[in-house]
Amino acid sequence: MRAPSATDIAAGEVILAVENVSLGFGGVKALTDVSFDIRKGEVRAIIGPNGAGKTSMLNCINGFYHPTEGRITFKGKTRPKMRPHEAAAGGIARTFQNVALFKGMSTLDNIMAGRTLKMNRSFFWQILRHGPAMDEEIEHRKFVEEIIDFLEIQHIRKVPVGKLPYGLQKRVELGRALAMQPDVLLLDEPMAGMNLEEKEDMCRFILDVSNQYGTTIALIEHDMGVVMDLSDRVVVLEYGRKIADGTPDEVKRDQRVIDAYLGVAH
Amino acid sequence: MANHADARAVSGAHDTFPKLLALNAQRFGTRPATRHKDLGIWHSWTWSEVRDIVRHFALGLRALGLRRGDKVAIVGSNRPRLYWSMAAVQSWGGVPVPVYADSVADEMAYVLEHAEASIAVVEDQEQVDKLLSISDRLPKLTHIIYDEERGLRDYDHSRMHSFEQVQANGRAAAADPAQAKALDDEIAASKGSDLAIMLYTSGTTGRPKGVMLSNDNVIISARNGGLFDRLNENEETIAYLPLAWVGDNIFSYGQSYVLGFCVNCPESAATVVEDRREVGTSYAFAPPRVYENLLTQTMVRMEDAGPFKKKMFHYFLGVAKEWGEKILNKEPVPLVARLKYALGEVLVYGPLKNRFGLTSIRVGYTAGEAIGPEIFRFFRSLGINLKQLYGQTEASVYITAQPDGEIHADTVGKPNIDVEVKIDENGEVLYRSPGVFLGYYKDPEKTAETKTPDGWVRSGDAGFFDPKTGHLKIIDRAKDVGKLRSGALFAPKYVENKLKFYPNIKEAVAFGQDRDFATCFLNIDLTAVGSWAERNNVSYGSYQELAGHPEVIKTLTAHVDEVNRSLAGEPMMAGAQIRRFLILHKELDADDGELTRTQKVRRGFIGERYAPLVTALYDGSKRGHIRTEVTFEDGRKGVIEGDVAIVDMPLHGTADTFREAAE
Repeated sequence: MRAPSATDIAAGEVILAVENVSLGFGGVKALTDVSFDIRKGEVRAIIGPNGAGKTSMLNCINGFYHPTEGRITFKGKTRPKMRPHEAAAGGIARTFQNVALFKGMSTLDNIMAGRTLKMNRSFFWQILRHGPAMDEEIEHRKFVEEIIDFLEIQHIRKVPVGKLPYGLQKRVELGRALAMQPDVLLLDEPMAGMNLEEKEDMCRFILDVSNQYGTTIALIEHDMGVVMDLSDRVVVLEYGRKIADGTPDEVKRDQRVIDAYLGVAH
Repeated sequence: MANHADARAVSGAHDTFPKLLALNAQRFGTRPATRHKDLGIWHSWTWSEVRDIVRHFALGLRALGLRRGDKVAIVGSNRPRLYWSMAAVQSWGGVPVPVYADSVADEMAYVLEHAEASIAVVEDQEQVDKLLSISDRLPKLTHIIYDEERGLRDYDHSRMHSFEQVQANGRAAAADPAQAKALDDEIAASKGSDLAIMLYTSGTTGRPKGVMLSNDNVIISARNGGLFDRLNENEETIAYLPLAWVGDNIFSYGQSYVLGFCVNCPESAATVVEDRREVGTSYAFAPPRVYENLLTQTMVRMEDAGPFKKKMFHYFLGVAKEWGEKILNKEPVPLVARLKYALGEVLVYGPLKNRFGLTSIRVGYTAGEAIGPEIFRFFRSLGINLKQLYGQTEASVYITAQPDGEIHADTVGKPNIDVEVKIDENGEVLYRSPGVFLGYYKDPEKTAETKTPDGWVRSGDAGFFDPKTGHLKIIDRAKDVGKLRSGALFAPKYVENKLKFYPNIKEAVAFGQDRDFATCFLNIDLTAVGSWAERNNVSYGSYQELAGHPEVIKTLTAHVDEVNRSLAGEPMMAGAQIRRFLILHKELDADDGELTRTQKVRRGFIGERYAPLVTALYDGSKRGHIRTEVTFEDGRKGVIEGDVAIVDMPLHGTADTFREAAE
């Protein structure tokens, strides 16, 4: 059975809700009683100092980790133990902090890999590479080419990604996530390690994805300028707890956020 | 050459582009007219399809108020729709004005304001944003039409339209016989002598000038150029040079319409090399820079090849160097050499040409600047029929070109069909041809300065006819050819070109007018020097650091010395040897106004901008210090400060033993 599709949820309504989530590794508490929601179509940022639990939060959302307490509701369904592939099939795609691509494969193949879940023909047909499987592959290739065009990476279509500069690898990874046509896109530090120009390009791509495909985006980011410009709402974590939640302006004025980032005089 | 005589006449019944389009739709209806790689696939449109698209788009433009004589700016890279727009605009007797897509907003504002453009057809959001940012300076601009919708959805669409939308409106209008007839009447009413297009020359000095070319200018020149090289409808070309450049207008638009061949538009600027390889161009056109880059990339990549491949490569390049050109020129060559060359073709030249996308090349031109003899011979020795051409916007390109079999690395060839060339008493080249422009837009003064009442145009270049070959040789811009204080001839560009032929040197700027001796600034080529640094474990943090590295200075000193030696071998030029030089700490850039948009050095401007360095070159100091403002790609400004070393050079005596260098 497929989860209810995102089209059932109107823009602006909650598509994903995190309620009282806690996560512990032995004695270490990575997340404590965190709650927030993501509304359809928005760009939601999760920020916080190093070790605040941002990536752990993303990992909970897409099923890498299972919260020790609390629940995550996605498209109206609460699953206590969602596995990553179930999350993917349900419409959650993500990119990683330290690029996780198939280094020896070309840009094209990497993005095609993002379509795997959408391929319906049996393994038998796919090996034959004729008939229905071929037709299906052509359809997918078309979609992938649109992504390549969208991200302006035509010139590296056939280059093994291991050879690409970091900024381009990040773009390919975004491409692979987009290939899944996700309802929710999780981006883990999409601009880390980029120069100014690459950051600006990436910002534009993220905004375009949000505008053109209406994809809901949740992103973790360090660069405050980027976060404030890009996101509709921001949730701030510190030591695994939520300390603020609101529009960029509200969050910017919040004393606890200022303290968390700048430190407090003792 | 049976129809040679026709070509000399006016362009005949098909004397405008819309009329030629109709003719092509009839005679080559099912042949491809345009190809474009999009989403990884080559899409093609036949001549009859293009006719329909152009017709509908034209009708759509009418609804936006386009009238005879209106100027329409065309801004973007080489996209089929932008080319089609030109024909659509011309259908109503409108005038397309292509603008350099990489111009910053201010430059664009000047051209659009001067041309009084009422509509702009642009590629994408980037160009739309640029136009919107200067819209307060462009009260006449009423509509913007864009090709690529991406990112523009939320813009105010009261004066903005997508190409599809305009085309769809036109398609609906085509159903109305009255409107269709109005278009047919307008097409029929246009004449060969009407203004067809306005091209703004980037100009090494001052503001750009709008060169007005008539239909006859472009069509007859395109046809004569085709006759010169026996081109036909089977040619394949790739359109990748700026639309605003006269060369692109002639080769990718004019000649395609006149001869009926197919123009291929690449996927993006970054994929041109790959796309060219897929298309396999038969007729190519590129400034020397493109050929230089191909050669530099090849050499850099060969450095990383295995020892066997490397050896094979260099051995067969040696064979090609010795025999390749002779074989291409159909000179007698011994059998053994032929066999070796054939083997080389299989092992090295063939694959290399395939890489370059030049396997099926019949005619390749280089123009715009002098090409290094080494580079020129390299390509010719591989069996690529690369030739030189001398042209100007004011001449609709063609002035002189090298006929097949008469190729010399240091000439620009013989006058093209129907072109007359003469040399003024002060050495300036003058020409007269059917391609000679109507005048500069809104500038009768400049027009009168350039064009004599009997149709001769001052090229502004100094040159002479080589008595041995009968070919024209260009020395330099006439106004730049100067003298040192000693009275010795000083032709800066001539010297600069010699320097630039070294792969390590990207740009050179020579000074010496009314000075005691000649000096120059050099720019390193980051690809070549960077690769050298990598292979030799030289670490560097920035362009500036690499440019100032002692080993780099040593290498460039050797190059300058060789140039001096070569200059010493030419009696006329011996006095202009470089006595002192320095390596600039930053790359010269069009965004800073140091180069023109076609990448030519603006010597006067550079001289002012780097005045402290020029002074240092002449006052004997060992180092020079400079602070310069730079413009980043996003328009922000920054400051680069540098301290550069100045190198003194020994001069060579004039000796006939070095004559061969000049040959």
